[in-house]
Amino acid sequence: MTYSLTPDTNSARPQRVRFLRSLRRHPLGALALGLLLLLAAGAILADLLAPYDPTATDLGNSLSGPTGSHLLGTDALGRDLLSRLLFGARVSLTGTAQAVATVIAVGVPIGLLAGYLGGWVDRVAGGIIDVLLAVPGIVMLLVIVAIFGNNESVAMIALGVLGAPGMARVVRGSTIAVRNELYIKAARVSGLTTRHVLVNHVLPRVSGPIVVRASLFAGVALLVETGLGFLGFGAQPPDPSWGNMVADASQFVAIAPWMLVPSGATIALSILSFGLLGDAIRDSTAGRARGADRVRRKVAGDAKEPAATPAQPATETPDDSDALLRVRGLTVSVPAATGQADIISDVTLEIRAGETVGLVGESGCGKSMTGRAILGLLPQPVAVTGGRILFDGQDITKLGPRQLQRLRGAQIALISQEPVASLDPVFTVGHQLKEVLLRHQPGSRREIARAAVALLRDVNLREPERVMRSYPHQLSGGMAQRVAIAMALAGRPRLLVADEPTTALDVTVQAEILGLLRRLQRQTGMAVLIISHDWGVIADVCERAYVMYAGQVVEQAPVLDLFDGPRHPYSAGLLGCMPGRAARGDLLPAIGGRVPQPGSWPTGCHFSPRCPIARDDCTRDPVALNETAAGHASRCLYPLLVDEKVFSHDAR
Amino acid sequence: MTKLIARRLAISVPLLFIVPFLTFVMATLAPGDPARTILGDDFTPEAYQALRAELGLDKSLFAQYADWLRGVVQGDLGTSPVTGLSVSGEIISRVGVTASLVLLTTVVATLIGVGLGVVSALRAGWLAKAVDVISLVGFSFPSFWVGLVLVALFAVGLGWFPATGFVPIDVSPRAWALALVLPITALAVHAIAMVAKQTRDAMLDTLGREYILALRARGIPERSIIFRHALRNAAIPVSTVVGLVFISLLDGTVLVESVFAMPGLGGLVVDATHRHEIPVIQGIVLTFTVVVVLVNLFVDVLYGWLNPKARVS
Ligand code: SF4
Repeated sequence: MTYSLTPDTNSARPQRVRFLRSLRRHPLGALALGLLLLLAAGAILADLLAPYDPTATDLGNSLSGPTGSHLLGTDALGRDLLSRLLFGARVSLTGTAQAVATVIAVGVPIGLLAGYLGGWVDRVAGGIIDVLLAVPGIVMLLVIVAIFGNNESVAMIALGVLGAPGMARVVRGSTIAVRNELYIKAARVSGLTTRHVLVNHVLPRVSGPIVVRASLFAGVALLVETGLGFLGFGAQPPDPSWGNMVADASQFVAIAPWMLVPSGATIALSILSFGLLGDAIRDSTAGRARGADRVRRKVAGDAKEPAATPAQPATETPDDSDALLRVRGLTVSVPAATGQADIISDVTLEIRAGETVGLVGESGCGKSMTGRAILGLLPQPVAVTGGRILFDGQDITKLGPRQLQRLRGAQIALISQEPVASLDPVFTVGHQLKEVLLRHQPGSRREIARAAVALLRDVNLREPERVMRSYPHQLSGGMAQRVAIAMALAGRPRLLVADEPTTALDVTVQAEILGLLRRLQRQTGMAVLIISHDWGVIADVCERAYVMYAGQVVEQAPVLDLFDGPRHPYSAGLLGCMPGRAARGDLLPAIGGRVPQPGSWPTGCHFSPRCPIARDDCTRDPVALNETAAGHASRCLYPLLVDEKVFSHDAR
Repeated sequence: MTKLIARRLAISVPLLFIVPFLTFVMATLAPGDPARTILGDDFTPEAYQALRAELGLDKSLFAQYADWLRGVVQGDLGTSPVTGLSVSGEIISRVGVTASLVLLTTVVATLIGVGLGVVSALRAGWLAKAVDVISLVGFSFPSFWVGLVLVALFAVGLGWFPATGFVPIDVSPRAWALALVLPITALAVHAIAMVAKQTRDAMLDTLGREYILALRARGIPERSIIFRHALRNAAIPVSTVVGLVFISLLDGTVLVESVFAMPGLGGLVVDATHRHEIPVIQGIVLTFTVVVVLVNLFVDVLYGWLNPKARVS
């Protein structure tokens, strides 16, 4: 049992050290902490530091701005503002500290118990929290001041109680997250008391959020403290507090507006510092990443060197193909710490009108990015950095946003992996479908409505009227995918990109959707590009297929040829996982090793580290795609022979 | 939806009883008593007892509370021990000021906050930075101080607006509006910051969703994607924040009404606190609690209206 308890015996310390160390990476946070410490020191040492007695009047020098003898000026009685600020800090910061101490003392235990014990404790605590959160804070404090007299400590402690629910909520959330971790469970099972587990094991783990919340609350407390001071509660004249200094200044706004500056700036800077400090600690304890950043980090996080220059597109040969879509030497990259990392490198493929083509590979091989590039919909920092995408002779990579928009839906459409997520949750299916239809064909409201129902009927949805009135979350995955297909068809596209159209669906529904796609393809004569990791899907509907590995097309062939005699060791390995039972994930059972991340592709053949028949020259130069038979090409220096087996449990 | 509202009512209705009750409990715990406060230092024991009986102070805590509740039901919140005025009358005569201030600030903050939030979500650059700066200023500078600075600049300095006071709208709409500009600005800075930040986060979150990609893939124009789809989805979390803003304005108005010497509830509660007029404060606490409960209910209904998932299930 001891082994599982070791990590936390000293986890409190590393955590604390981490706060301080992490502040180094947040200069603003460090600055804020420094400023707060300085203010606290000023308050403590006010007797030594203050140039004057804070209540000493000097009527000859009243309402002066900053001068040599009064650095921050004086008030109406000629009292030195700097001295008053220093002494006032005692009142204001003490009040803040009292409130923060209370918020921790009350909020943390409630949150810990509610989160750790759950059940009725959690519900009761939740009820109390909700009640307190609905109470107007300052008014409640005034009640307390009115009843208990003008006692600042009582008011600030009450403020802490009112702020406790917020703290409790944060602690509860973090505790629930920690509760089920292995060593906490172990500690619990080993018979330690709840109290011991909470104090010694859970508390250190949730201290990060507590410190963040306390820091942010300190800002609020100071705001309230100065507010009460401004209203004339708390420290009474002639004793200074930051709040009553603002009140003093308010009497002379017309003749001495400067007086507002020292107190206001000090209050604002202090509140700002508490806020910045809290943010800095939060950022460093929970590395938050969002949006584009996440994509960039995920894709290029470990790009160590500029990606190897892709093999020169071997396609500058005159291009007389009449295919509907011709992708030529497409390279897609993401900016990385060192230049850029390629996600897709030198992809060439084509789809003829009315043809159904597959694009197969493991997740992360670049097949989805290829699909999105064809629609001109690459996510933000990702961009096409080489090659062309010719649709009907027009280079998509050169189109502006307007032209792309006109192309999408009307010429090229997309259906994606998560059917429910691909529908806007706040509008009904009918609303969304009609919007798409209206976009692509003019018509009266009735015509559009009728067309919508007809479309839904086309994709085999029973009760189309009811579906029209439904919201996406009311649909099953299969129904939602039919709706998504209907929307994709609304503009009568000539090419449909179907990105893992059945992955998220049940097996029986998968077959129905594939059947539907096949029928629609026949009826409309549109071309379909099916992107999948599932050979079963490819075998079911495609005529030809491209196999992608680590950003490259490694093999292309008619589906039957590919299944009968893969000429690339990777395809052979991938086919070893048939029939369609391959687990979703990076690891192929038949092939050792993992798909290399973009940016860390090997020079030479991308597959060489995992290839059982790799030789020395495989790693030397980029390997080109070579035709092995008519319509069959393999990016391998030593393409397999028909029926050659390279993987021991080749299950064909 | 009904569940949501039922839960809210289950929390709120007791709140209406508990919060005033707490004030009674605290009042009995407190040192000194109102009778003594009213009589001052010099009084006879008979007068003291008579006044206590008159104020109901000789009864038990629960009896006092029950008396008060009975009064509330009849619209009688008692009288001020200091001024002798009816509390409910006082509150009614002042509620308009506070309502104008809080409602208008909410509207202004929502419009500007949502606008800033959307724009800063769509383009990084100086506007996004401006929102960051406004947020920092809004969170750091106390509203009462901002109000004073505004007075110094725009009332005293430029003379564009009156420095203090309030004019009822039926007396002069123009004067009413002018008098409200500075207080609303002082209150709105913080409120705008809250709304803008939430709007930006919600917009960024929404724009990263799968359905936005799907809409683009269907050829839906960017204008519709942003203003119809993304904004409509972002409105769900934003509406919650607007509710919180409204409630925080109830606190803010206490300070800002003092800065601008406005005859609203905030000013009343401050005066009552200085004078220890417990019945007045209890009346105002009740009023504010009712408003908070109503606002929360309204936000719940709005949430359900905006979010079909909450509406149906
Ligand atoms: S080129 Fe070499 S390493 Fe690459 S797949 Fe062919 S044999 Fe294997």
